Amino acid sequence: MKFACSICIATLLAALELVASGSAVATDTLIRGAKVYTIAAEGTLDNGDVLVHDDKIAAVGTGLTAPAGATVIDANGRVLTPGFFGGLTAIGLEEVQLEDSTVEESLDIKAPFHEAQLRPEFDPTVAFNPRSTVVPVTRVEGVTWTVLAPGTPVFGGGNFVTGQGAAVTLDGRFDAELAGSRSLFVNLGADAFSISGGSLAAQLMLLDQAVREVRTPASAGKHALLTPAGREALGRYLNDGRVVFHVDRAADIRQAVAFAKRNHMKPVIAGGSEAWVVAADLARDKVPVIVVALADLAGDFDRIGARLDNAALLQKAGVTISFMLDDEPTHNARRLRQTAGVAVAHGLPFDAALAGLTANPADIFGLGATRGRIARGQTADLVLWTGDPLEVSTLADQVWIAGRPVEMRSRQTELRDRYLERVKQHQAR
Amino acid sequence: MKRMFCVMVCAALVAACATPPQQGDGSGSSAGKSVARGGKKGPPQPLSPPWTLPADPYPSTYKPPQSPPTLIRGGIVLTGTGERLDGADVLIVDGRIRAVGKNLEAPAGARVIDAQNRWVTPGLIDVHSHLGVYPSPAMNGLSDGNEATSPVTANVWAEHSVHPQDPGFQRALEGGVTTLEILPGSANLVGGRSVVLKNVPAVTYQGMKFPGAPYGLKMACGENPKRVYGQGKKTAPSTQMGNMAGYRAAWIEAQEYMRDVQEYQDKLARGEKDVKVPKRDLKLDTLAGVLSGQIRVQMHCYRAEEMAEVIDMSKEFGYHVAAFHHGVEAYKIADLLAENGVCAALWADWWGFKMEAYDGIQENLALVDAAPNSCAIVHSDSEEGIQRLNQEAGKAAARGVRMGFAEPPEHIIKWVTSNPAKVLGIENQTGSLEPGKMADVVVWNGNPFSVYALADQVLIDGAVVFDRSQPPPKPRSDFMLGQPSGSAP
Repeated sequence: MKFACSICIATLLAALELVASGSAVATDTLIRGAKVYTIAAEGTLDNGDVLVHDDKIAAVGTGLTAPAGATVIDANGRVLTPGFFGGLTAIGLEEVQLEDSTVEESLDIKAPFHEAQLRPEFDPTVAFNPRSTVVPVTRVEGVTWTVLAPGTPVFGGGNFVTGQGAAVTLDGRFDAELAGSRSLFVNLGADAFSISGGSLAAQLMLLDQAVREVRTPASAGKHALLTPAGREALGRYLNDGRVVFHVDRAADIRQAVAFAKRNHMKPVIAGGSEAWVVAADLARDKVPVIVVALADLAGDFDRIGARLDNAALLQKAGVTISFMLDDEPTHNARRLRQTAGVAVAHGLPFDAALAGLTANPADIFGLGATRGRIARGQTADLVLWTGDPLEVSTLADQVWIAGRPVEMRSRQTELRDRYLERVKQHQAR
Repeated sequence: MKRMFCVMVCAALVAACATPPQQGDGSGSSAGKSVARGGKKGPPQPLSPPWTLPADPYPSTYKPPQSPPTLIRGGIVLTGTGERLDGADVLIVDGRIRAVGKNLEAPAGARVIDAQNRWVTPGLIDVHSHLGVYPSPAMNGLSDGNEATSPVTANVWAEHSVHPQDPGFQRALEGGVTTLEILPGSANLVGGRSVVLKNVPAVTYQGMKFPGAPYGLKMACGENPKRVYGQGKKTAPSTQMGNMAGYRAAWIEAQEYMRDVQEYQDKLARGEKDVKVPKRDLKLDTLAGVLSGQIRVQMHCYRAEEMAEVIDMSKEFGYHVAAFHHGVEAYKIADLLAENGVCAALWADWWGFKMEAYDGIQENLALVDAAPNSCAIVHSDSEEGIQRLNQEAGKAAARGVRMGFAEPPEHIIKWVTSNPAKVLGIENQTGSLEPGKMADVVVWNGNPFSVYALADQVLIDGAVVFDRSQPPPKPRSDFMLGQPSGSAP
């Protein structure tokens, strides 16, 4: 394996040099002999080939022929998957969580509650910094895209309507937003009581009032909840817009879905510790759930029913599931696949877990046509793994985003190499 | 999220602040001959004058339950001493390991656990937990982990905050954790005494207390004390140099206290009359316990240079640091830690939540472990992480393998068993499968370092305290009893 690996890295480096020198006309890459999890109709190919042309997947099959000038990667049976989803994060919006000057995902206008407004127009994605060290640290672990969720962690910040978010690619480009993924984020339940009137009832009351202001601007009066820009922003979600509700308690999940339905929104449940309780309703209404797969303790009275087979029970009931973290989701995004593995240990089928990191989140955020699967025409976000990609002992050997190999380095690999040298010298003494 | 309390501590801790104790700079001359034992390896000898801690006024009431002799047969056994025995048996008699090896005979009436194709390890040990002191649910009324009213609270004991009904204990047990050290949080320079518990159901913490385990003292470097006091309360310390001055002043006070007690004892011994009894001081009792080698320092510290400063300080005052906890930059001073016999209790991959965690790398554990005579440990500091110490070890080992280190299972199991036992001073009792030790054992459904690994059976002192093959019993925690947690309406 090691030998094969060094060959493939040498090939890649050659490819990188070509790209860097600008002399490259070859924009074809053939990844040969991989165990390909397509997460698509083809299922899993044990000795599969994937041909990448420019930024797209051109062919998937066995025994594919490399076009002239193509870079050929011998996978030697290693696992190839679509690039993984990083969860709901603030990657590129947050460098160091406790340093306020580096944290840009929340709106925190200091105002007393009676003067507070809802600001659905807040959009932190414009502050996305693709040059953040968190970006390469995360993508060398196989994470190629994430959804920037305003107000993370825990959708905090100064408002329970935390703003708008969107998916971004992590290949380092400035214009990183993935079209069609825009969503509104709302934080319901006890986590947000202190900023929203102290109860779910207050939260729903404020949301209802905001909707009324959109529908009947004259109703706003002088204590309007929304600014004119806010009315426009919220208005865009009242016509089949995607709204992600961070909510845990079973009863509150039902209220969130009901609110979304009566206002013609497409609800997504995030967190959803007790979603398993209402799994049948969620399946019927086609409401996806982005679960915190490690949640198994009653962290508060909204999460009394938290359990490790939440994802398994939801999937069994027919709910589309994906994964997120609620504890430092940004810096820990690389841990997300481990949580999917834990869900498998607690009853979730392996393929469903893999879909929860790839095709499902792409579908949930309106990107299913271009991302999340290994299929002809999809953007070539790919990861070649040393083994089972949910396993903690497995590492990403090579990542491609939009058809280009990612340099497998980060600030952390630099630190590693510097001090590994020191340890080796010490051992040699 | 609860991690806020311990790792990030108290950005929001706004309780009114008591006036910090008068620490002054002391008339350090009293340190006299008893200090300056720097340079020697290993724990220093107790200081002169001798000092004996008062007998534990809150003694353990834990009694190992009766259990039949047990033979765990045919498993892949990781002993915790660096050995792997395939197809081996573990024989337990009277709650203790009797023998480990092939083809052991089951005594009459023995319970036999078939471990074929399963893995057998010592019970896992977490040296850094806040279960019980920050229990679930995380309610204001149960938040008892940080006495954040003064930067030196060596007088408080974590055990007095332990709520045995924390449902997290059961979850940790299901993850194979049989022993855990409960620490105060890291708001303070000196946070208070820790307590070592056996992970058994009990109504009182005394019923969980590990018999005879030495006490620990939680101390904290870096950002947390600065944030809570300097930024939060506008009192000392507000800088790392202020942190150092705070610890040193405390040690000087303890030295004076020890001297006063010694003088009193000397006068009594000489038969002097009307000798004034020195006033007992809980804070200084504990600090003197450290300086006399009876209480083990467990120090929260992230940065390489801060750990190096603390090692020098420990030599200045003649004590030993048992372990640095968190040690996100431990890999930068792996040699220094090993040379000084200081363990490093680390995460596999946490980083970036504050500046002092910015240089965290996933190779930390493997690099620390690679130094000769090192002592690397996986710890959790988390009610979630404590459920998966085995996976975290597996993750860290994979990084070692990528660097070219051999990280076989029989080695990395030490990160979560025998090395933590050493830090807690209970290595002669538990942490490995050796004859005579407590039969704290986990039978896993496969390689314990896999994400799919589950603890099938957990034994504490030979008693099966968790068995996944049985229908789930009623919750051990009174809080969870009768809650609608198990079924949909």
